[in-house]
Amino acid sequence: MNLQGRHLIAPLDLSVAEMEGLFALAERIISAPEDFSDVCKGKLLATLFYEPSTRTRLSFEAAMLRLGGRAFGFSEPSSSSAAKGESIADTIRTIACYADIAVMRHPKEGAALVAAQSSSVPLINAGDGGHFHPTQTLTDLLTIRLERGKLGDITVGLCGDLKFGRTVHSLICAFARYSGVKFVLISPDELRVPEYVRAEMNDFAEVRDLNEALPDLDVLYMTRVQRERFFNEEDYIRLKDSYILNAAKLRNAKPDLMVLHPLPRVNEIATDVDDDPRAFYFRQMKNGMYVRMALIMSLLGKGQF
Amino acid sequence: MEITSISNGIIIDHIQAGSGLKILDYLNFDTEHGSVALIMNVSSNKHGKKDIIKLENYENVDVNVLGLIDHHATVIYIKNHEIVKKIKLTLPEKVTNVLRCKNPRCITSSESVPHVFNLADAEAGKYQCEYCDNVA
Repeated sequence: MNLQGRHLIAPLDLSVAEMEGLFALAERIISAPEDFSDVCKGKLLATLFYEPSTRTRLSFEAAMLRLGGRAFGFSEPSSSSAAKGESIADTIRTIACYADIAVMRHPKEGAALVAAQSSSVPLINAGDGGHFHPTQTLTDLLTIRLERGKLGDITVGLCGDLKFGRTVHSLICAFARYSGVKFVLISPDELRVPEYVRAEMNDFAEVRDLNEALPDLDVLYMTRVQRERFFNEEDYIRLKDSYILNAAKLRNAKPDLMVLHPLPRVNEIATDVDDDPRAFYFRQMKNGMYVRMALIMSLLGKGQF
Repeated sequence: MEITSISNGIIIDHIQAGSGLKILDYLNFDTEHGSVALIMNVSSNKHGKKDIIKLENYENVDVNVLGLIDHHATVIYIKNHEIVKKIKLTLPEKVTNVLRCKNPRCITSSESVPHVFNLADAEAGKYQCEYCDNVA
């Protein structure tokens, strides 16, 4: 299987077999990272971040550096020609002259697709508004796969902002293709999953009470209610504390539950959960770097599987 | 009511009653080209009532846009009093710059890109924005 030259814009851009290939490659990297320390020597990664990021941008840069390549870019639009009104298409045409592969995050939904349509180098969507975040999904699924040995035959609860949560949308679309995946969607009415995501699921239930759903879950995917996605501050304030997970609530959960979170968190997971063996969100971060290494290698034609 | 036939041109038949005006409005026919007739509320065996549009000396219409407005209609091409082609309209798979994305978070609200929609649910006639996936 060869992903050379492809873009990754939406979670369904990769088939299940291609995702499994990436996970297998990521596991090889985890077991012997030194074997991959110069596979991308001489290659350049551009990071175009029109929106703030800690983990995604740094993990992409770290991934490229660990593969022996180099990374450059901007971390806010004010330091690029976007501030002068340059279009996304012109920006990516410019970047494609200098880099071998590019990663882009943008606050508008569909921005990555617009960029890909003008990009002559592989483009990776690192989040387009409240739409998709496919590499976070690779991170999430790799974390579950490493722990459980397989994906499928699982009950996954997604809690919080399911309307604007791009990590939620991507995860549902990609995960729904595995057999035996049941989704439990836990959110207030105002933050339910959009129609285009709902259409991808075969087996799901929608509830409002986290405590009621918790005992049945194998995975609990917590999300932050994102201030930046709201046009109305009042709505944000009303909904921001809808769901808070703490150690007391976890007493009702399965002993092998996995609590995931794409991070950053604000207060939706209390710090008293951090030391619980069921808290996987910090381990999840490191997996993000490994799976991004696998992805960069593959899109550059250095990691056939 | 009698409407004379046309020798060359296009007839859009079986338009759902009431949609004829919408089609005329959307396709913005240039009447210098030839005569345009809209016949409304004609009795129809199939639909009870229907609209018909006759376009004299026209050779082409945008069947994608027509299909989007009324996919029950039929487009009939006439040459020298003969029917040379008949197209039963269907919902188009893709339409460009016909529908506009209303999602303020969509990239189409800030970048100069075409508004592209793909057919998501033929039964319900639902279209999804190519960029943000919002349903029109």
